[in-house]
Amino acid sequence: MGDPRLLEVLASGPMTTVQDLGRPGHGHLGVGRSGAADRGSLRLANRLLANPEGAAALEVTLGGLRVTAHGDLLVALTGAPCPATVTRRDGGRRQLGHNAVEPLPDGATLRLGVPGRGLRTYLAVRGGLDLPPVLGSLATDTLAGLGPPRPVQGALLPVGPAPAGFPALDLAPVADPACGDLLLHVLAGPRDDWFAPVALDRLCAEPYTVTTESDRVGMRLRGPVLERAMRGELPSEGVLPGALQVPPSGQPTLFLADHPLTGGYPVIAVVCSRDVDRAAQARPGQRVRFRLI
Amino acid sequence: MRRVRRCGDTALLVELGRLEEVVALYEALTAEPVPGVTDVLPAARTLLIRCDSPAGLGAAESAVHAARPAAGRPARAGEVEIPVVYDGADLAGVAALTGLSEREVVAAHTGTPWTVAFCGFAPGFGYLSGGDPRLVVPRRPEPRVRVPAGSVALAAEFSAVYPRESPGGWRLIGRTALAVWDLAADPPALLRPGTRVRFTEVCDG
Repeated sequence: MGDPRLLEVLASGPMTTVQDLGRPGHGHLGVGRSGAADRGSLRLANRLLANPEGAAALEVTLGGLRVTAHGDLLVALTGAPCPATVTRRDGGRRQLGHNAVEPLPDGATLRLGVPGRGLRTYLAVRGGLDLPPVLGSLATDTLAGLGPPRPVQGALLPVGPAPAGFPALDLAPVADPACGDLLLHVLAGPRDDWFAPVALDRLCAEPYTVTTESDRVGMRLRGPVLERAMRGELPSEGVLPGALQVPPSGQPTLFLADHPLTGGYPVIAVVCSRDVDRAAQARPGQRVRFRLI
Repeated sequence: MRRVRRCGDTALLVELGRLEEVVALYEALTAEPVPGVTDVLPAARTLLIRCDSPAGLGAAESAVHAARPAAGRPARAGEVEIPVVYDGADLAGVAALTGLSEREVVAAHTGTPWTVAFCGFAPGFGYLSGGDPRLVVPRRPEPRVRVPAGSVALAAEFSAVYPRESPGGWRLIGRTALAVWDLAADPPALLRPGTRVRFTEVCDG
């Protein structure tokens, strides 16, 4: 047995959390699924390292993370591509590839700059982060206040034992997140009948801008007002990631991983499941367009 | 009435007429898990059924239509007695809203058994239904920034116990020392859909 392998956090940037694929099956207890906002990118990072797909990794929002390796580690960065610099103990420096299997030698420090496109970068390590699970998961649910604490400066994140399999690829050819208008496919409902007949057309006719009031719970969008036809109160009902909930202002909120389990405002449409990961990479100021399928 | 609406490509929203039907269908659907279904989430008038992929929707929809909830049988997920000190900041306000005296509010709250209809808002926050209809009160016009853990509250047709300190707009009538959310327990939520609850009055200390 060698010394324990760890990631030491030197700086956590604007928002870094530990995430895996979440805790399904606890909705009836008032506990949401949470997990990586861009699940596909977390899965890819783990597959590159031959980890189980749901191993815990760091979700880094808008870069700014600095970590030091204790022990020789293998890492992979996916999601929003950041400038990633490794400084070895001997002072040697190099850039780290994206969607690639990379060594992070003992004592080396990895620094993530601000991504040029996309919002969330995943840093996975071979063996996964090995922290005490909460209800079977290492996802940090920022709304419910469940899961591992946010890694702050000085945090030591233990790395689990390497899995039996070995990485099969050095590099995955994956498209970067979109930097122009983001096209998201939606399905109407479940409460489109609560809106004026033109509201669905309006949702899809003009782009919406992602506002700065956006986080893991959801993103507030600004654009054409979606008018209600029914004025009554909707009894709270279950919602899910991708749901476009419309409060009385008529400006939709797109729910993400840490959304409230139930909502009392009608949902006009839901982003289809394969597009939710891309939605989670939309940056404040970016425009999204919706297309009905 | 059982109307099934699509909710995106991985979930169904089942509309039901009454809360009792929601609880009954929830019990029926969770008694025998449906392959591909990851979450069954009861709410006031609906049940949200989430699948792990679009492929699971068909089986979920068939299960909804095939389910035969046991009519008239009260849902059973255990019984809990919750001791309450009735000294909440809104007790006088609830009395004024309902036209009851404070003592009558306490008698009404302890006088009927409640049932957890569904959970939400926060982990372990159970919406208790089936109480005395005279206790139906609107939420506060402005929510409180901080409601202490253990606060016992009323809003609309529901009562609840705040599992931890949080913001909240419900009307506070008392407090309990009983932990309704404990991560060291399995399951961590004391109040789960179907759990029957009886409130009892205790003196402070």
